[in-house]
Amino acid sequence: MAIKDLSTSQARRPFQRRRKTDPLSGTNAPKIDYKDVRLLQRYVSERGKIVPSRITAVSAKKQRILAQAIKRARFIGLMPYAVQ
Amino acid sequence: MPLYEHIYLARQDVSPQQVEEMTTNMTTVLQAGGGKVTKNEYWGLKSLSYRIKKNRKAHYSLLNIDAPAPAVAEMERQMRINEDILRFMTVRVDELEEGPSAMLQKRDRDDDRSDRPGGDRGRGGFDRDRPRRF
Repeated sequence: MAIKDLSTSQARRPFQRRRKTDPLSGTNAPKIDYKDVRLLQRYVSERGKIVPSRITAVSAKKQRILAQAIKRARFIGLMPYAVQ
Repeated sequence: MPLYEHIYLARQDVSPQQVEEMTTNMTTVLQAGGGKVTKNEYWGLKSLSYRIKKNRKAHYSLLNIDAPAPAVAEMERQMRINEDILRFMTVRVDELEEGPSAMLQKRDRDDDRSDRPGGDRGRGGFDRDRPRRF
């Protein structure tokens, strides 16, 4: 029954969404570094919040490393905690 | 000996020469404790994302350190005493990176912006009522 549900919901969708791949894994993926604000900036919202991995398709392992890096960058004043 | 990356922020009204002086002071403290500084970078006066001790700007310096923990603790103690230092952070790393850090390389990388993920997606769009599924 669960399978049937899935297929109907898929049929209702007018176009297929391509499964995204992790932008931080792979051979020439950038190294996550708290000093690299330009890279970290892609993974925070306009308000300065960390974007969930289900949006950015970052793997769980990389998301943990990423969150740590963003928090470090915030502490040393490179990134904001909150944007008004 | 363990490896550390150390970043400290100095007050805005301090001159860059004084910042260099502070760096050499800290280097001698580390050397007295049996360690060494393998790289030091001065990033210049940068504006802060939020006010720290009523300052809007600060001088950033990065030190790559190879020193025993007591030497680093002593350096941190002296940093806490120094009122010109707004904040510092020491991070233990598995390996120290050589060459300029991401902060100093930034200008060269401005061109390759095509690798940005999810260009079609509005930034901060996750606050919408319906969670997206992939």
